[in-house]
Amino acid sequence: MTMRPWAIAALVAVLLFLLGPFLIIVGAGLSAGETLTFPPEGLSLRWVWAVLQVDTLRHAFAISFSLAVLSTLGALALGIPAAYALERLDPPGAGAIRALVTAPLVVPGIVVGLALLRYFVIPLGIGIRPALLMSHTALLVPYTVRVVAASLRNLRVDIEEAAILLGASPLTAFVSVVMPNIRNGIVAAFILSFITSFNQVPVSLFLAGPGVSTLPIEMLARIDFTYDPSIAALSALLALLSIAIVFVAERLLGLSRYV
Amino acid sequence: MSDAFLELHGVTLRYGRSIAVDALDLSVGAGELVALLGPSGCGKTTTMRAVAGLLKPTSGQIRIGGQDVTRVPPNKRDVGLMFQSYALFPHLSVFENVAFGLRLRRLGEAEIAERAAAALASVGLAGTEGRLPRELSGGQQQRVALARALVVRPRLLLLDEPLSNLDARLRLEMRTEIARLQRELGLPMIYVTHDQVEALALAHRIIVMRGGRIEQDGAPAEIYERPRNAFVARFVGFETILPATSLPGAPRGATAAFGWRPHHVQVGAGPYEGRVLGASYLGEAVEYLIESDFGPIKAEAPADLPRHGPGDPVRFDLPLSRAVALEAEPAPGGA
Repeated sequence: MTMRPWAIAALVAVLLFLLGPFLIIVGAGLSAGETLTFPPEGLSLRWVWAVLQVDTLRHAFAISFSLAVLSTLGALALGIPAAYALERLDPPGAGAIRALVTAPLVVPGIVVGLALLRYFVIPLGIGIRPALLMSHTALLVPYTVRVVAASLRNLRVDIEEAAILLGASPLTAFVSVVMPNIRNGIVAAFILSFITSFNQVPVSLFLAGPGVSTLPIEMLARIDFTYDPSIAALSALLALLSIAIVFVAERLLGLSRYV
Repeated sequence: MSDAFLELHGVTLRYGRSIAVDALDLSVGAGELVALLGPSGCGKTTTMRAVAGLLKPTSGQIRIGGQDVTRVPPNKRDVGLMFQSYALFPHLSVFENVAFGLRLRRLGEAEIAERAAAALASVGLAGTEGRLPRELSGGQQQRVALARALVVRPRLLLLDEPLSNLDARLRLEMRTEIARLQRELGLPMIYVTHDQVEALALAHRIIVMRGGRIEQDGAPAEIYERPRNAFVARFVGFETILPATSLPGAPRGATAAFGWRPHHVQVGAGPYEGRVLGASYLGEAVEYLIESDFGPIKAEAPADLPRHGPGDPVRFDLPLSRAVALEAEPAPGGA
């Protein structure tokens, strides 16, 4: 099938719209000049190297990365059983529970952050790191529940029953029959959660404190007083990292095998 | 039954206010193949799932091999179930599907391989070990499901509409296969179906259910030839059922109604008059729908007799000598 010219034009326009900002950031980050401009004033990796030497950013990256990993694992540990219970065990008030689980998706992050700080973290005297971990986990649970529940809904119940009648305990049936068949849902939930936590700003803004800051917040602070291309270089690196995570997850866990 | 292997005593399953199974008493002897026959919603699948342990009875007792298993979880009951949808594990090969139950029993790798191969060979599927379920035809998947259920040597095998997803030829083949395996293994089986032909062909005993209760329990010939009431009669092909009071000269007493199969109705002569509504040529016979004072009558006459076309007036007879006498039906279940 040959495409009509207007269809090609539309395709190019959409791709430009989607990828344009990314290309500009990458371009600006590879600039050899002193200021954040596009098109770049000559190409060089100097700002990429420069930004890797900034201690506050390296420190914030380590915090953000470990925070994203831990809160994603926490959200999966809570979200997978919750999704299973909602889909399979038909608990009383399932509709209300579903709405409640989804609530953090609907409430603006600023509100969540302020509320957590004012009514949870300060009164209970919770440290910055545990506060960040708990709040990120809570923010990610809705994603994991939604995504995992959707793949459970597409999986026949009777294969679990078949496993149980062959002698498997409900837990064994879940691990050996259900989990392998909702693997793509779990991988998707992992990627979505990781990236959401890594990019999270509003809640972290309230909960971060002296010495403990996440990467997006450090980057925001840095933009306030520097105008060199280092931020663009860092953004390009982060985009590369996201792509790498999706790629590795897909290779390692076979995301596309069941799709 | 004194040598009953499986016994259900007063088993009731309730969902909120509706009753799926109503104080059911049922038994299956050692080595017996019992068919649970009835329309959808009659409680046959619910009963089977309660025997498997997938559903908990609201009240009543289930005994297998003399042991009360009412509170025993399904993974400890040693009851096999073959699902209507086959329920093969989509991510596992045919071999691993069959080996699944053996691995749970922590058998040695050599024994697992040997028993799984033997089970696959017994259903004619040797050589498919490495394939995935989705690479097999429906009939082959069915056989894998059967092999998977049998390889762990259950005490009792339940079959849930096992043939309903197969085409006519495969259905006959599989039916023969199930009968053969049942005979060879002497394994008690409960066969759930809504198809009277399957039940008649396979079962040693048929239990006809409606509304969570048993309508009739008997040998296939008994069910087919002497249905107890109008419900069972209709289910096994007595298309014309008339209350005894509407027939002149009919004996009264315990008989509430009479039933005729289409070929029992005599077309072309007789005391009653009607009009042909429709006629369908079936090859050997012609099937008529006759409008009459009794209501619509379904009749079948040999094709070599004079034919009648739609609109023709026709005389017919409902010979009492060929009719089956039916008891009054119990009040519909539910209460």
